[in-house]
Amino acid sequence: MSALRNVGYFLIMATLIVLVGQFQSWNLALSILNLCLISAIMSLGVNMQWGYAGLFNVGVMGFAAMGGLAAMLISVPPVREAWSAGGIGVLMGVVALILTIVAAVATYRKLQAKRFGMIAVVLVCVVGYFIMRSLFDPATALIEKVNPASTGYLGGFGLPIIIAWPIGGIFAGAAAWVVGKITLGLRADYLAIATLGISEIIVAMLKNEDWMTRGVKNVVGLPRPVPYEIDLQNTQWFIDLATRLEMDPVTFSSIFVKLCYAALFTVVLLLVLYLSEKALRSPWGRMMRAIRDNEVSANAMGKDIKARHLQVFVLGSVVVGIAGAMLTTLDGQLTPASYQPLRFTFLIWVMVIVGGSGNNWGAVLGGFVIWFFWIEAEPLGTWLMEVLTSQMDAGSELKAHLMNSAQHMRLATMGLILLVTLRFSPRGLLPEKTGRAV
Amino acid sequence: MEILNALALLSNYVFVPAIAYGSQLALGALGVTLVFGILRFSNFAHGDTMAFGTMVTILFTWWFQSMGINLGPLPTALLALPFGIAFCALFVLASDRLVYRFYRAKRADPVIYLIASVGVMFVTNGIVRFIIGPDDQNFADGERFIIKAREFKKMTGLSEGISIKVSQGITVVTMIIVVTALFWFLNKTRSGKSMRAYSDNEDLALLSGINPDRVVAITWIIAAALATIAGTLYGLDKSYKPFTYFQLLLPIFASAIVGGLGNPLGAIAGGFVIAFSEIMVTYAYKKFAAYMVPGDWKPDGLMQLLSTDYKFAVSFIILLLVLLVRPNGIFRGTGT
Repeated sequence: MSALRNVGYFLIMATLIVLVGQFQSWNLALSILNLCLISAIMSLGVNMQWGYAGLFNVGVMGFAAMGGLAAMLISVPPVREAWSAGGIGVLMGVVALILTIVAAVATYRKLQAKRFGMIAVVLVCVVGYFIMRSLFDPATALIEKVNPASTGYLGGFGLPIIIAWPIGGIFAGAAAWVVGKITLGLRADYLAIATLGISEIIVAMLKNEDWMTRGVKNVVGLPRPVPYEIDLQNTQWFIDLATRLEMDPVTFSSIFVKLCYAALFTVVLLLVLYLSEKALRSPWGRMMRAIRDNEVSANAMGKDIKARHLQVFVLGSVVVGIAGAMLTTLDGQLTPASYQPLRFTFLIWVMVIVGGSGNNWGAVLGGFVIWFFWIEAEPLGTWLMEVLTSQMDAGSELKAHLMNSAQHMRLATMGLILLVTLRFSPRGLLPEKTGRAV
Repeated sequence: MEILNALALLSNYVFVPAIAYGSQLALGALGVTLVFGILRFSNFAHGDTMAFGTMVTILFTWWFQSMGINLGPLPTALLALPFGIAFCALFVLASDRLVYRFYRAKRADPVIYLIASVGVMFVTNGIVRFIIGPDDQNFADGERFIIKAREFKKMTGLSEGISIKVSQGITVVTMIIVVTALFWFLNKTRSGKSMRAYSDNEDLALLSGINPDRVVAITWIIAAALATIAGTLYGLDKSYKPFTYFQLLLPIFASAIVGGLGNPLGAIAGGFVIAFSEIMVTYAYKKFAAYMVPGDWKPDGLMQLLSTDYKFAVSFIILLLVLLVRPNGIFRGTGT
């Protein structure tokens, strides 16, 4: 019965997307589908942290941004002049940074118990920071002077962007490891606040380190993993295909590109989903749930709770990072200003809670449903406002204000959906399956 | 003379702004810490509660301004503040009635409250943006300065001036009044004592006949008042933009945790620790160094430790340091 219901939910979702294709446009439907797929992967990552282990991560945005950074760094060709201008300085700065961290950790380990141990650690950090800045600052200034209108940054490695997806995962995982190492094992609130902090800092870094990301000037035109529309329109087999399908080659080319993306994303989604399901049903997954449901007894059974939490926290962040890299790939540009916590952190949370925390299929479904409504809520809200204000004067200020503000109602609506689900159906659309009968 | 000039410079750009900002953070952190002490969760909606209360205050300020009511040299917002507090209290009580009370009755896990507060944050944020829009709003009026830099220079004959804005003066005075009233309330009145008892040991407090609903309601009203006051002062001093208030969450939480979650005194100390470090680390010491070092020597760089874009990193790093060394905060909060 429940299996039937689950399939039913996904069928309804598919129908909705098809309806959008029929009544609005296929282009829009496929855009929604692509972002649904990415959202589903992101919410799978958050589901690992929250659903498996009960960890509250409020920094999803930061980990997604790490993925985006990786996508940019891997795919963009290097800027030779910038490298020769300040490359060595930056590399030396990075070495100084690493040495500082190593020295600080060594001091911490050695002097932790001593009275002035912490002061020594802080001193090491401060001295290291000044050395690093003295190396970085002149180098970055030189780099940012190199043709600032089009480059002014170091560029990347010029590799195929697909490679960036796993690398994005590693970037995000590394950031998660640092935060988790310090805050796991303390109150849940502390992890939440620390992740909120790290995500703000990561995004601030993307916005301000112009030598690395061009900051708010954005890096546009990232190479694609799929063909370009303009190339397709000039290819014979593609024109033949379009005529056979009786479609305009220009429209069809953009649909075709979106389909290629969708195929790639689906492969990743299925892979992550398969691995998550395997992990959840393995002894490891049962252990994670045991820790989540009763830390004290899991601890008594000899499980290292802090280490397991760190493990699952990093894993979940890796998945979020992969999704973040995919998102930047799809956009074809890195726009640091577009990372908004409400869109990237809290929306993903709504997906996980609504879908069903602890259930991987639920997370996927949540990603689809919530993204779909997030996109469709705007025209819906505007339409609703038009109906509500139809009796008012056309020129009235109140009407203009209401029409302008309709878009903000989707935030409130998402919050309401979260609160209502949490209260009346805390297990979500697809509840977690527990016990032996799987 | 050179040293006096240097001190004046530092007071103007570091001490005065930091005292004002610290007072605002302290008031915000007090609200967070009180809610934590009584209801035992970190309220993520606090930043947006501040935005909501300030929004109501702004709307009343505009209304008063349009009727020509004002306080002379003082900003009209002070007159509108009680209305902001009242509406904010009603809003927060409604959110407690509709959201949190259910979980309290169920004795839900603290992390569920966290998620619920995220939901409340979303809704509040949406409502605020719906009513007043996401942009900057200006509502300050009255005099702008208590002391202008020029007057100060003429008075003292120094080449560096200290200017103190009216909003900064009001912030500090209000903070002192509010904190005194709050501590008097917590220590001397029956309701305040029952709040502290409830915070220390819930079961024991219930056994001695303390009405939990009353304690919770009072806590929410105080938290709403603190949030509105902090938000309005911040808005007068800097500017009002809903998203800024969301971003204030991090320094506010850092203040509360640094001082020890659940400890009101700690929240105040934490607010000033965070504000002073944030401003001192992001201040460019170039001119200061030029005064302090004899001769015509001038440093090349700005001598800025960290660019102001990273001011959130300061609260974050202090937060991490405190969590590493003393997870319960400087003043030992209630939770571990």
